[in-house]
Amino acid sequence: MHGTGERVLAGLRRTSGTLEFLGSVVLAVGRLLRGQSQMRMVDLRLQLDQTGPRSVPIVALVCGLVGLILAYMGAAQLQRFGAQSFIADLVSVGVVREIAALMTGVILSGRVGAAFAAQLGSMQANDEIDALRVMGIDPIDHLVLPRVLALTLIAPLLTAMGALVGLAAGWLIAVTTFGILSADFLARSAQALTINSLLVGLAKGTVYALLVGLAGCRQGLAAGHSAEAVGQATTQAVVRGIVWIVAAASVLTVLLQRLDW
Amino acid sequence: MPWLTRSTPPPPPLPAVASAEAPADGVLVRVHGLTMAMGQRVLQQDLNFEVRAGEVLVIMGGSGCGKSTLLRHLVGLEVPAAGRVCHGNVDLQQASTADLARVRRGFGVMFQAGALWSSMTVGENVMLPMEMFTPASPAERAERARAHLAAVGLDDAFDLQPSALSGGMRKRAAIARAMALDPPLLFLDEPSAGLDPPTSAQLDALLLSVRAQHGTAIVLVTHELDSIFTVADRALFLDAQTHTMLPPDAPQALRDHGPPVVRDFLRARHTEAST
Repeated sequence: MHGTGERVLAGLRRTSGTLEFLGSVVLAVGRLLRGQSQMRMVDLRLQLDQTGPRSVPIVALVCGLVGLILAYMGAAQLQRFGAQSFIADLVSVGVVREIAALMTGVILSGRVGAAFAAQLGSMQANDEIDALRVMGIDPIDHLVLPRVLALTLIAPLLTAMGALVGLAAGWLIAVTTFGILSADFLARSAQALTINSLLVGLAKGTVYALLVGLAGCRQGLAAGHSAEAVGQATTQAVVRGIVWIVAAASVLTVLLQRLDW
Repeated sequence: MPWLTRSTPPPPPLPAVASAEAPADGVLVRVHGLTMAMGQRVLQQDLNFEVRAGEVLVIMGGSGCGKSTLLRHLVGLEVPAAGRVCHGNVDLQQASTADLARVRRGFGVMFQAGALWSSMTVGENVMLPMEMFTPASPAERAERARAHLAAVGLDDAFDLQPSALSGGMRKRAAIARAMALDPPLLFLDEPSAGLDPPTSAQLDALLLSVRAQHGTAIVLVTHELDSIFTVADRALFLDAQTHTMLPPDAPQALRDHGPPVVRDFLRARHTEAST
């Protein structure tokens, strides 16, 4: 009973800490918009470089493979009803609206969110964050904003690139394995895809990246002063990031379908 | 001590640094009835003392008595269980964000392991506070950072990463960073810990030269007896048994005429050091 109570209290403290962190980030964004932020542009550029170009190969690879699997599995099922020509609809809408954003978010969580948690956790363990605080430099402005902003800015580009590669993989399978004409595939894709689907996919990718960035920074700043704590923060960042992505995906999918977007 | 025997020109003055004003009564920090606790465990209670302009005040005591925790309270990184820490007229716990930022620009801190920002070079570490809080141009910042690094004997470390420095060099670089804004007050957490005796003696000499050149007050956490007797104007003792402090006094006076617990501490250490 005592242990359960302790765990509940610890959970409440964590939730309270997360809400305080999110509030601090909102205030920091306000300072940025008013031109009063301590964020340095050089840090934003560095983070853009580290989160963007270096994520391209792995996002392209995973989105391509998932597009390929979707096309192969979808076409195999549709073929049983003689409806394999709808493979273009399935792949284009599925990849652009949902899969590219989801896979980009998951990859960023493992690659970038974990790195954010490890960097900030190590800084915490070495008193580097306290060294910023005692100099009057806000760690949210100086460390969190450049990371979260970079990830949020780079996410639509990565999502769009992932969607293109996924579509290309689906096209390849449809044309080479199921005998669909290339022109038919492209025409059906163009018909099935709407601007709404495209915008929804990019917006989802941006929201997922934002959540990944926040989860990574939150876990890093909340890490303890030991190597073990840094490891735990890194693991927690990935787990939280993926859980937040899936939860957001569920809410957004239902909400957007209800709104007929 | 090759780097201390050189005559290093003082760094050029900063264009303008908004920091806490120097108090008229010469007291930089006042501690009133401070109680420090970790959860339910009280580390020290009812601490009362002050830090005066230009003095070197040593906080000493055995392991686990709360020396470093007291330092963290003095710089506002911990919230007291009771009591107040005031810098000038500003109570750290009641201060507005703006006041707290102004007070923090009025002191420098060196953490036990240096806490240099590992993603930046040593030069960038020293320049960051100037970039944040002064209108100095990049060239002025670089010139000033080089002068500060030269003052601590790290002329060639400007472009190095902190990971390329030894433990003693890292501590000296951290002192250069703490002095970047020429604060009237420095807080140093065990600068000699883990260093060999010659390097430790070099650091003590550096602190005395910083005080002599700039009139900087220094609050120093240490249990190194040689450092205490070399640099301290006054020393206060935190008693881990009673969880109280013994009032600050000159270390020689404490050793010869202080309460038994301090005399035992200083003499035992002294015996260990001589054997």
